[in-house]
Amino acid sequence: MKKNVYNGLYLVIAILLVLPFVLPNSFYLDLAVRMAINAVIVLGLNLLIGFAGQISLGHAGFLGIGAYASAVLPTHFGWHPLLAMGAGAVATGILAALVARPIFKLKGNYLAMATLGLGIIISIALRNEAQWTGGPDGMPVPAMGLFGFELSNDKQWYWVVAILLSVSVWASLNLIDSPFGRALRALHGSEVASQVVGVDVVRYKVAIFVLSAVFASLMGSVTAHYVGFVSPNFADFFHSIELVTMVVIGGMASVYGSLVGAVLLTALPQALATFEGWETVVFGAILMLSMIFLPKGLVPTLAAKFGKGE
Amino acid sequence: MSLLAVKDLSIHFGGVKAVQNVSFNIDAGIVYSVIGPNGAGKTTLFNLITGVYKPTTGEIKLDGEAIHGKSPNELAVRGVARTFQNLQICMNMSAIENVMVGAHLRLDRNLVKAALRFPGLKKRDRELRDEAAQLMDFVGLAQYVDTRADAMSYGALKRLEIARALAMKPRLIFLDEPAAGLNPKETIEVDHLVRKIADSGVTVVLVEHDMKMVMNLSDRILVLDYGKKLAEGTGEEIRKNPDVIAAYLGAHA
Repeated sequence: MKKNVYNGLYLVIAILLVLPFVLPNSFYLDLAVRMAINAVIVLGLNLLIGFAGQISLGHAGFLGIGAYASAVLPTHFGWHPLLAMGAGAVATGILAALVARPIFKLKGNYLAMATLGLGIIISIALRNEAQWTGGPDGMPVPAMGLFGFELSNDKQWYWVVAILLSVSVWASLNLIDSPFGRALRALHGSEVASQVVGVDVVRYKVAIFVLSAVFASLMGSVTAHYVGFVSPNFADFFHSIELVTMVVIGGMASVYGSLVGAVLLTALPQALATFEGWETVVFGAILMLSMIFLPKGLVPTLAAKFGKGE
Repeated sequence: MSLLAVKDLSIHFGGVKAVQNVSFNIDAGIVYSVIGPNGAGKTTLFNLITGVYKPTTGEIKLDGEAIHGKSPNELAVRGVARTFQNLQICMNMSAIENVMVGAHLRLDRNLVKAALRFPGLKKRDRELRDEAAQLMDFVGLAQYVDTRADAMSYGALKRLEIARALAMKPRLIFLDEPAAGLNPKETIEVDHLVRKIADSGVTVVLVEHDMKMVMNLSDRILVLDYGKKLAEGTGEEIRKNPDVIAAYLGAHA
């Protein structure tokens, strides 16, 4: 790890500071908020996929749990939104740990299959439990209040999300270049080598899976409060794939790649809106082309080309 | 009491009896070599002792404690280190990070402290980096400190594995063909390196095909053939053993 990896963080913070003053209107501010939310989720997911080498195809499910915890608990039970958010995160963490533990005891990458199933189950449950969740129509989410101060307009949300993103980037960079992070990368590089130096592989895989699931859940809650509405699409399988795509396009095992991936793929549907009905096809084509020409993802490929490499 | 005691160790893969009723003891502080023709079960024996495989029958004791059936990471806690015949280097990391991973158990692995960049953790990491650089120097890789692992030559990676194993500060180190695929000059360097490791007080168990190196380094030698113990003794005893000569050169030699 080079000493200058934190320079990127300063750049990110600088961009986040300047952005609201240069964006022409609220449409772009909204886009920026959603980009930042996705970036945090993708950062967590990249720790799992890029650094630890484990694939989750059900992260939207965890996002859905967080989002619905923030919708259902305050609406039906009168919980404080922050408490609901915490409860969603804890529930997600427990669920993720329960699923991951037996899976990681198996040799081979079965996590993708298990999370695929789990994500679909969560999404179906949200659709079917209409008396709590509003079913396929979704439900409104009460506003998030912080210490008597209500988060209402996009500007306020922007700053909250910008801080969350900056902290997440900082924490991810710290984590990667630590004993914990090295163990994670080592078990990706060679599982048996990491075991013989004492890494408890199952424990580390479970830990990072739970961490990334909790990230997704928390950001699901944030999204729910920000948008003011939740629908089962939050937990949709396609959304999971979208998140994985952000990781892959931006660059696996690259913190800044996660940001680039999230920004690009959040903006892409807007840019493709002119293709009316063909967005998904164009989306797929872009994915395929980037896999063929940039198999390592955007940021690592460009870093190797223009810098001394990462 | 010997450091490692192996008794009646066997493992079967389906019908294949890869290791059969092998017993031996290794005293602390020696260089102990395991030799035998290809397929004799040497690497399987290593995998059994280091927890990669679980034995079908038999027992393994480290310092009197039964360790068979324990996982590799549990053995690492007990000071057992190893290298691999087919390289197991983390190519997604830099050379020095590979060595630093070796010190895993000696570090604070707390996730939260790591994410929040606790100063103590950072300080320890900087010390560790210096320590790892010294180890790389010790194995003759000083010039590769800032290199990515995937940019290094085969011979260098072999030694990088040894540096990683040494970063554990092991009591017992298993070296699986450290000189395989190396040129004569590199082989001599590895020969010297193994001697240096043994002199530093680590018990060395060596699998190697280079007989000159084995005879030169070993205090005792175990000969395996078709998964069975053929002979055990000092280099001189092994060299004269008629069974060993027959196994290596053919029955009529």
